[in-house]
Amino acid sequence: MTNVARILNSAHARGLFYQGLVLSGAALIGWYLVSNTLTNLAKRGVATGFDFLGREAGFEIGESLLTYSAADTYLKAFAVGLLNTLTVSVAAVVLATVLGVVIGVGRLSSNWMVGRFAAIYVESVRNVPLLLQLIVWYAVIGRLPSPRTAPEVLPNLFFSNRGIKYPTLADAGSHAPTLLALAAGIGAALWLARWARRRRETTGRPFPTLITAAALVLGTPLAAFLLNGVPLHLDVPVREGFDFAGGGTITPEFAALFFGLSIYTAGFIAEIVRSGILAVPHGQTEAGLALGLKPGQVLRLIILPQALRVIVPPLTSQYLNLTKNSSLAVAIGYPDLISVSNTSANQTGQVVEAVALMMAVYLVISLAISTYMNWYNRKLSLVTR
Amino acid sequence: MTISLKTIAIAAIAAAALPLALPGTARAGATFDGVKQKGYVQCGVNLGLYGFSAPDEKGQWSGIDVDFCRAVSAAVFGSADKVKYTPLSAQQRLPALQSGEVDLLARNTTRTLSRDTANGLNFAPVNYYDGQAFMVSSKLGLKSAKQLNGATVCVLPGTTTEQNVADYFRANKMNFKPVVIEKNEELHKAFFGGRCDALSSDASQLAAIRAAATASPGDYIILPDQISKEPLAPAVRQGDEEWNNLVSWVFYAMVQAEEKGIRSDTVDAALSSPDPDVKRLLGVTAGNGKNLGVEENWAYNIIKQVGNYGESFERNLGNGSKLKMQRGLNALYTDGGLMYAPPLK
Repeated sequence: MTNVARILNSAHARGLFYQGLVLSGAALIGWYLVSNTLTNLAKRGVATGFDFLGREAGFEIGESLLTYSAADTYLKAFAVGLLNTLTVSVAAVVLATVLGVVIGVGRLSSNWMVGRFAAIYVESVRNVPLLLQLIVWYAVIGRLPSPRTAPEVLPNLFFSNRGIKYPTLADAGSHAPTLLALAAGIGAALWLARWARRRRETTGRPFPTLITAAALVLGTPLAAFLLNGVPLHLDVPVREGFDFAGGGTITPEFAALFFGLSIYTAGFIAEIVRSGILAVPHGQTEAGLALGLKPGQVLRLIILPQALRVIVPPLTSQYLNLTKNSSLAVAIGYPDLISVSNTSANQTGQVVEAVALMMAVYLVISLAISTYMNWYNRKLSLVTR
Repeated sequence: MTISLKTIAIAAIAAAALPLALPGTARAGATFDGVKQKGYVQCGVNLGLYGFSAPDEKGQWSGIDVDFCRAVSAAVFGSADKVKYTPLSAQQRLPALQSGEVDLLARNTTRTLSRDTANGLNFAPVNYYDGQAFMVSSKLGLKSAKQLNGATVCVLPGTTTEQNVADYFRANKMNFKPVVIEKNEELHKAFFGGRCDALSSDASQLAAIRAAATASPGDYIILPDQISKEPLAPAVRQGDEEWNNLVSWVFYAMVQAEEKGIRSDTVDAALSSPDPDVKRLLGVTAGNGKNLGVEENWAYNIIKQVGNYGESFERNLGNGSKLKMQRGLNALYTDGGLMYAPPLK
């Protein structure tokens, strides 16, 4: 056979050729769409390009982790919006996971009332659209009294409709030893947990890890605090003018989004956890009980590690959903990335660039989450022959 | 006969390559021609702003911007009813006009330099001179916007409002906290529920909101300081000069009619007026219609079916409405206002 005939007859070569054709076709379509958009924008006299990011933003943002003012650039505004999105997403992921695991395990409980409550929670939360839940949460939190009549729930902790005001630590210098001791305590506790587990795995001797770790985490900073002469400098919220001055704030927007997202996603995570636990063969539970383990220990040491293999992939999807659902913040006034981006797009008129930027950011965040979760998933997988 | 995978692949590639064979299908072509061909004007309006463009409970649209759309329709088609309305939010309005979704944007949009240039728009004459103001609860006992240091201010996103508030507070060395909510109803609920100390918007919008969105309008006052200039004007896309000219002169015809004292009920009598300006306006003396590309009785149709500028104002914003606003800067130049029509000849 000649060389040409050999290539034409090879399925592999033909496959490569067609795939190459489709790929270049897709690339051509993509190039056509982009160039058509740019041509039409230029024809209509609409400005294009990302130079607007260096211009002065001219609008304020309701809450931000960075110091931001209207004189900063659009790029900084985008950064503030991004940080707000990440903050609420991370916080909500934590609460949703904890709540979801508790409710999911609770639905399998032999206690009738706990099981029914968990079932009602899951069914009601999953079937109401998230936007409606957020609006309800925002309305409920908005019912709190205004700052002038806000109740002082704990000393220096106020619940008002401008936010939950709490005291923060002022004067970082005097608190540094305590905080360093706290960091050291946490590090020591983590190291202790690893050492104790390794010792139990090799020699079988148990160690009261939880109590010792708690003592380290709480005791070390307490000791440092007392040794330093009890320096408690607080920045307390004080009623001033329209609002409170000083202290920290959890705004109603953040609180509504945080609770709304967590409770909604927890319903889904509960079902995922429940399905993971049910996926582990019942023989495992029986064997564990036969060995004399308590039901709680069976769940923690035998069932959950195996169930995690089934739980983690759908859990990744729920985390991604939560991050993207945080964009509903525009409906209740939380200044997340979408909100800042919309304002910028409207002020500069460059909608295409702003939307492209938003899509790119969400894509990066989602890819980061799924990469991490896939790595975690691979770590959990059973090594088979 | 089953179709092999290979055939499907070839067909898919051919279909994908087809758009490349067609010439660049950009939306060129005069807007004016498109409107005449369609038989109606696609008008972008507000989602519901009383006095400017709002639907009533039967779905009928009314307002000063709606009247302008109807005037354009009357000029082009002879009937004021050949209009279709597209309600647009503040975020959607400029992209909708730029993309060709609407032919005319009559949506209380402020004329600014960047919108005139970077957004590729042309503005018709200003149909309402407004200014931005603050609405607060009268319980706070405030007399001036300069007392708002540290306040929480509710604003709509993506409007000049947000930027103006920031500029005002910066210029006066005050701080504020913005609460930015996308939907009007949610924003008003937040303000009237006490989440914000002040609501900021154009003074006319504040009056409309106070009249419509709260049970006790007497509890709220609009502070007298106007912190910005908000000349509200209809807008069209750049690139169609005839459409731009027509839309501009429709407005001037309405102002000229008021200057000459011609109302919708007196326009028939005015047809036999000896005044040459009136004759040219109403098309008795031909020429204007041909220059604009419409019938000669274009202005007669506008005045007869929609009314002059003063009638439109009274009906929607003045004593014929719930707002009872004064003409102020929107009066004729002869009454101390800014409404002035260049000669229609």
